Amino acid sequence: MRRMNYFEVFCLDRKLGIDAQALQSRFYELSRRWHPDFQQGRTPEAQAEALERSALVNAAYRALRDPIARVEYLVRLAEGRDTKGGAVVKPKAPPELLEEIFELLETLAEARAGGLDDDRRAELAVERDRLVKRLAAEEDRLKGSLATAWDSATPADRPRVLAALKDALAVRAYLRTVIDDLTNALEGQESDAAHHRH
Amino acid sequence: MPRIIGIDLGTTNSLVAYVDEKIGLPRVIPDERGRVLLPSVVSFTPEGILVGEDARRQLVRRADATVYSVKRLMGRSYDDVKDELKYLPFTIVPGDGIVRIQAGGREVTPPEVSAVVLRALKDRAERAFDEPIEKAVVTVPAYFNDSQRQATRDAGRIAGLDVVRIVNEPTAASLAYGLDRLEHGIVAVYDLGGGTFDISILRVQEGIFEVLATNGDTHLGGDDFDRVLMLWLLEDVQARHHRELEGCGINLARDNDAMQELRLAAEAAKIRLSTEERTGLTLPFGEFTYRREITRADIERLIEPLVQKTLGPCRMALKDAGLGPDGIDEVVLVGGSTRVPLVRRRVQELFRKPPHSHLNPEEVVALGAAVQAGILAGGIRDMLLLDVTPLSLGIETLGGIVGVLIARNTTIPTSARELFTTSADGQTVVDMHVVQGERELAKDCRSLARFELRGIDPMPAGMPKIEVTFLIDADGLLQVTAKELRTGKAASIVVKPTYGLTEADVERMIEDSFTYAEADVETRLTIEARNEADTVITHVRRALAQAAHLTDAAERARIETALAELLRARGGDDRDLIIEKTTEVNRATERLAEAMMDAALRGAIESRRADEIMESS
Repeated sequence: MRRMNYFEVFCLDRKLGIDAQALQSRFYELSRRWHPDFQQGRTPEAQAEALERSALVNAAYRALRDPIARVEYLVRLAEGRDTKGGAVVKPKAPPELLEEIFELLETLAEARAGGLDDDRRAELAVERDRLVKRLAAEEDRLKGSLATAWDSATPADRPRVLAALKDALAVRAYLRTVIDDLTNALEGQESDAAHHRH
Repeated sequence: MPRIIGIDLGTTNSLVAYVDEKIGLPRVIPDERGRVLLPSVVSFTPEGILVGEDARRQLVRRADATVYSVKRLMGRSYDDVKDELKYLPFTIVPGDGIVRIQAGGREVTPPEVSAVVLRALKDRAERAFDEPIEKAVVTVPAYFNDSQRQATRDAGRIAGLDVVRIVNEPTAASLAYGLDRLEHGIVAVYDLGGGTFDISILRVQEGIFEVLATNGDTHLGGDDFDRVLMLWLLEDVQARHHRELEGCGINLARDNDAMQELRLAAEAAKIRLSTEERTGLTLPFGEFTYRREITRADIERLIEPLVQKTLGPCRMALKDAGLGPDGIDEVVLVGGSTRVPLVRRRVQELFRKPPHSHLNPEEVVALGAAVQAGILAGGIRDMLLLDVTPLSLGIETLGGIVGVLIARNTTIPTSARELFTTSADGQTVVDMHVVQGERELAKDCRSLARFELRGIDPMPAGMPKIEVTFLIDADGLLQVTAKELRTGKAASIVVKPTYGLTEADVERMIEDSFTYAEADVETRLTIEARNEADTVITHVRRALAQAAHLTDAAERARIETALAELLRARGGDDRDLIIEKTTEVNRATERLAEAMMDAALRGAIESRRADEIMESS
């Protein structure tokens, strides 16, 4: 038997615009039907099937309730990767983004090597704020215009929109990594400074 | 459907509850004497195994044979707990993965000790219903990992209970509140018990209790409050009485009995300071008597860092739930330690609203377990709890890095699949190391088990495709299955739990527990009678010493005769005789007791001191 994909679990088309309220109600309905709590006293086979269905419902809800996770799932599904695998590979930088923040990465490397004066710190803090805004914009684009583009795309257009979604996800993943690194560098620095004052 | 009971297996106290079908509400089950809380204390005496209040009375008398707070040791290794060993009067030794406890000349594992507590609750329920009970829902801290949950289930099996569901304590509490008043909204359950702390955030809607996030610390609770206060008292005793201590060469910190007395006095003072601003403490040591007053400010200063430690997990849970403090509609307090005013203040500050606790915080978890039992038994159909796994589950990959398969706060049951293959030609076995935790490196996470996939057909490296399914069931326990994709054949898996009992261990423990069960009931009753006699003897002797002026020679002679007979009876094994002689002493002292009561009412202040001496003796 082929495994149902997450959209099918909720009887939804493979689209990104999903009504959150309706999704939640449907999730509760399916949970009442399949949750192991309501399977006591049934045959072991029926219980095993319900357990699997219940796990599937939970996974589907988790993947679809969040608009960004939804895009990630859509891409995985389109690429035929249905086992998730351990996401241990750090995201690679999209080339144009890498160019844009090349200098920033150098400063960051210096900070790591130990030694950041106040000017550089201020500079990094400004950069971080800028990247946080940029991240928010990228996420808005994923949830907004790109999602709409996917939902209205003709079958012929889909590969192009899918590629755009993938790029946006890669940019987002990379931005998040850089922002985390910056935060660590700045906070590590701050706590050091606090230490010196005492 | 056979009856299912709900059990709160606590660090300090345990309870059992059931759903009264006539009224559809959960009720706790008291013992024959009307006591609801069963102290989670087990004493391994030469006469037999004691549990509950009887065992609690042995804490000082037989400190090295009496095990308390064993929940903190469940599913743990020696390395996990070695820091607090110096405060425990019983001995802990490293076992095969898990710790072992040496008490009263026996060596036992934490699940065996918990099993004694569970069996006492099972007996209690069986007496109440006059029918055998075989199934239970047992609660655990939400932040318990797989090993700790497994240890809890093993304890149930050793006690002869099929644990049909392991449910998280804060969510169990929310079910009890749900029946009571919650209809819809976002609820934060702050659960600070004797040894563990949990925070869970739930959305309650249409009878569904959906946990959004949970966090906690399985090594933080009222025990720690007692410990900081105890250490502070220890320093104070040493500072004020160093001359007497040195004079008789006593090292208090190494004296198990004295430390246990200090701990119990600290606990009692902590409890009083939740309702009073100041309290007096009187502790008679052999050579001197220690007296001092403690204020609420004193204890608050000492426990503040511990209370602060609960707030970090609260913030994490809020963040994981995607909420700010203002997003919480109601805050519910659970666990005895939430009676501490400082805890209430800090919780109120964090969530910006007064928390409520109109259900007894010590009973609410057991009541919730009973509700969950009612759901499983089919009696309650309109409620459903959707809980989450508290910790991320992953496998160790190249370089010792963790590959996350199931993220924390994923709704359970949940599963993840992963493909494995071989790295050498002709390889027939593949190893996997499964861990739980939030750190990047496997060595910093909790090792759950090592799995060996066996029986792979010899093939060139990379050819076999083994699909492994990791399933976390509704108990929060991991199940692993594997199959070879080309042949569709199920692969055999050998599991080596890192910190658990093997199937053979559990089987052996079940057998052992049957062999002492019968003898234990008889000895328990005799010991109870003997304990009761001891209490009466102590009180009467003290009364005769303190209230000599309230009695005459004839009465005194009558009392002393009765007392001598009781002492003789107490030395033997005739339970009925001990009870009879105890009653006679009580009768002989009736008038004196009344006279003392009158005198005590006149001098109420002094009597409180006396109470404290009695409490700590």
